[in-house]
This record gives sequence, structure tokens and C-alpha cells, in this order.
Amino acid sequence: MMALLRRDLALALRSGGGFGLSLAFFLIVVVFVPFGVGPDTGVLARIAPGVLWIAALLSCLLSLDRIFQLDWEDGSLDALALAPLPLEGVVAMKALAHWLTTGLPLTVIAPLLGVLLNLPGAAAPWIFLSLLVGTPALSLLGAFGAALTVGIRRGGLLLSLLVMPLYIPTLIFGALTASRAGDGLDFFTPFALLGGVTLLAAALIPFAAAAAIRINLR
Amino acid sequence: MSIWEYANPVRFMRLSDRVLPWLAALSAILMLVALVWGFFFTPDDYRQGSTVKIIFIHVPSAMIAINAWVMMLIASLIWLVRRHHVSALAAKAAAPVGAVMTMIALVTGAVWGEPMWGTWWAWDPRLTSFLILFLFYLGYIALWAAIDNPDTAADLTSVLAIVGSVFAVLSRYAALIWNQGLHQGASLSMDRAEHVADVFYYPLVTAIIAFILLFVTLVILRTRTEIRARRLRALLAREARE
Repeated sequence: MMALLRRDLALALRSGGGFGLSLAFFLIVVVFVPFGVGPDTGVLARIAPGVLWIAALLSCLLSLDRIFQLDWEDGSLDALALAPLPLEGVVAMKALAHWLTTGLPLTVIAPLLGVLLNLPGAAAPWIFLSLLVGTPALSLLGAFGAALTVGIRRGGLLLSLLVMPLYIPTLIFGALTASRAGDGLDFFTPFALLGGVTLLAAALIPFAAAAAIRINLR
Repeated sequence: MSIWEYANPVRFMRLSDRVLPWLAALSAILMLVALVWGFFFTPDDYRQGSTVKIIFIHVPSAMIAINAWVMMLIASLIWLVRRHHVSALAAKAAAPVGAVMTMIALVTGAVWGEPMWGTWWAWDPRLTSFLILFLFYLGYIALWAAIDNPDTAADLTSVLAIVGSVFAVLSRYAALIWNQGLHQGASLSMDRAEHVADVFYYPLVTAIIAFILLFVTLVILRTRTEIRARRLRALLAREARE
């Protein structure tokens, strides 16, 4: 499992994809928002947690089709399916690699970009923590969507359509945690539920995604 | 004699061929009765005026919208467990019907909401969860359409239906925490005191039965179409081989 994780990380880093690109996309979305809604700092501060969450979600979406697509095309997915490692473990490791190269960098950079949006100081640590807790669910659900669409040529748009509705609970609870923390309200309930969604995804999704891959490999 | 006998497409076709005209006629008659009764022979509400009558379309279509997904989930599970093709095709056939019902519920709700709440749309938990349900229907239909191999498509959409159900329910409760509601409580419940008034209750129940029959008719009709399309494909494939 560790070898698989190392391989995926190395592939992601050396192909020059994932890492830098999704961060740049994140930055661009955040920069676009003031152009769209105007530079009024009061308005920006109000919408900042939500904007950061949506931007993180979109940049996560961007790199999902890479999770299985390349391995599918060159046949290494067949080799992985035949390996003694259960396919559920493969899915979990691939989702983890995706999170380490996409979710984690986004999480780290989000409070910095929050400065651009005049994010309230009290919300900054909570945007970090809510993303830290919530983005693994995004990678896992994305791996499920990628497993469903791996056999489809140009499935990128379909992948987004399938995965987006699954992201709704994470988005609601994540943005709510950060915005409530910014307003000085109680944010523990949405934060705990956010963690709950991630744990649920971690418990269920590897099985569903592995089933989808088996069907596609048949 | 068990229900599984109708998992055989030939038996299913034979039975549905006999039942379908009756179902269609019955649902048409009941629909006509319910809507004429509801629209012309019930009094106006004392505060809502005549707009209250949209309930005879809004409530039944909303019920079908949710239950169609449940039916698809059950049909998908039957397909995954017992590999009956009719079951998978019935799930496929129900999806567009459910999506349209969701749309009808949303549109009639908006038409009613404009004069009553003063807005076409509010981000109320009920309205939001219906919109999310609509997105799930769209994804499900799109996945069916995207995959060529029918068995692979049936398997993958079944997995999506299961995972989607979990997350649709999650989204429903997430929306409840996220925003306070504008929508009134249930129109029907086991507790008589919470019902709508009797003058509206009987036509409403008639309308619900009519919508259920309409749904069953449409699903059977579409399933028959799917089975015929499948046979046509098989015939063409055989011809191409010879």
C-alpha cells in the first residue's frame, strides 16, 4: 500500500500536473470573485468563507479524472486489480494520494488567499481546519465518480455532474463552520457533522468505488 | 406462482400487454375526476384564495418524485442481487419520469409561492432538497446515456443509485441545518388533526392515486420500450453476424 502511495505521489509530482495547476486554478477563482461582485470589503468579508470553499471544491474537481484514467489507459489498473492488495485498499490509497496533492495544498493556502477576500481573522483558522477535515471527503467521493466514469471517453463533464451533488453536504457544513466562526457563533455542530460526512465517505466509498472499477474491468 | 416469474421478459411483456390499457384508462379517468373535482368543486381557501388548488398537482407530483427514486433504488438492488434485466430496465425507465415529476413539483411550487410568499424561489430546505434530487436524477440519466454496454451501464447506475441515496438523504438534513424553512409542514399525515381540511382531503387523495397509476403506467410503458429496443439490438447484432 505504501509503495502504491509513493508511486502515485511521484507520478503526480513529476508529471507537473495536479499540484501546481489546481493551486493556480484556486487562486484564479478567488481573484475572479472581487471582479464579479465588486471590491467592497464588507461584502467580500461576508462571502469569503463560502467563496474559499467553492473555489477549493472546483479545483478539487479539476484533477479528479486523473485518479484512475491514466492507469486505466496503460493497463496498470488491471495489474492492480490482480494484485494481492484488495481493490478497496487501492482506491483508498489513490484517494489519499489525490488528497495529498490537491486537498492538502489547497487547505494550506486557503487562509492566505483569505487575506485577499478580507476574511475575518476569527474565521481564518477555521477555514483551515474545516478544509482539513472536509477535503478528504471530496477526494474520496471524487474517486468514486472517477471509478464510475473511467471507461467513458471524455467523461470529465459527466464526472462533474455525478460528483457535484455528492459534495453538497460537505460544502454546506464546511462553509457553515467557517462563516459561523467568523461571526463568533457556535460552529461546533456543523464542524462535527463535517467530520461525520468525511468518516462516512471513508467507510463506504472505497467499497462502492472498488465495485465500480470491477464492473468497468469486466 | 411468485413475483419473480415476471422477471422473465416474455412473461413481463405478456402480462403488461394485458394490464397496460386498463391501467392507462383508469389513471386517465381518475386524473380527470381528481382535477375537475379539485379545481371546480372545492371552495376557495379563506386566505389563499383559488391558489390553494395547486395542491392537487403539487403534492402528488412531489410524492411521486421522491418515491420514484426509492423505486429505482429497490429495482437497482434487485438487479445487483438477482440479475433480472427487467428490474434494471424498470429503474432506467423510472428515472426520466421521476425527474419530470420533480420539475413539476418545483414549478407548481414556484407558481404558488409567487403570490403567497412573494417570491418564486426561496432557499428553503424542502425546495433545496428537491433541487438536489433533480440533480441526482440528471446524473443518473446521464450515466445511463454515456455507457454503451447495457449490463455495465445497469451495474454502474445501480451503484450510483445506492451511493446517491445515502448522500441525497444527507443533503436533505444538511439543508435543514443550513437554513430555516418557509415551506409549511406536511399536508397529509397519520395524525388526522394535521391534515388539510376534508373538502380538500378527498380530491387530494384521488389525485394522489391518479398520479401513482400514471407513474406505474408510464414506467411499464417505458420498460416495454426498453425491452423492445434491447430485442431490436440483439436482432441487428445477429443479422450483422450472418
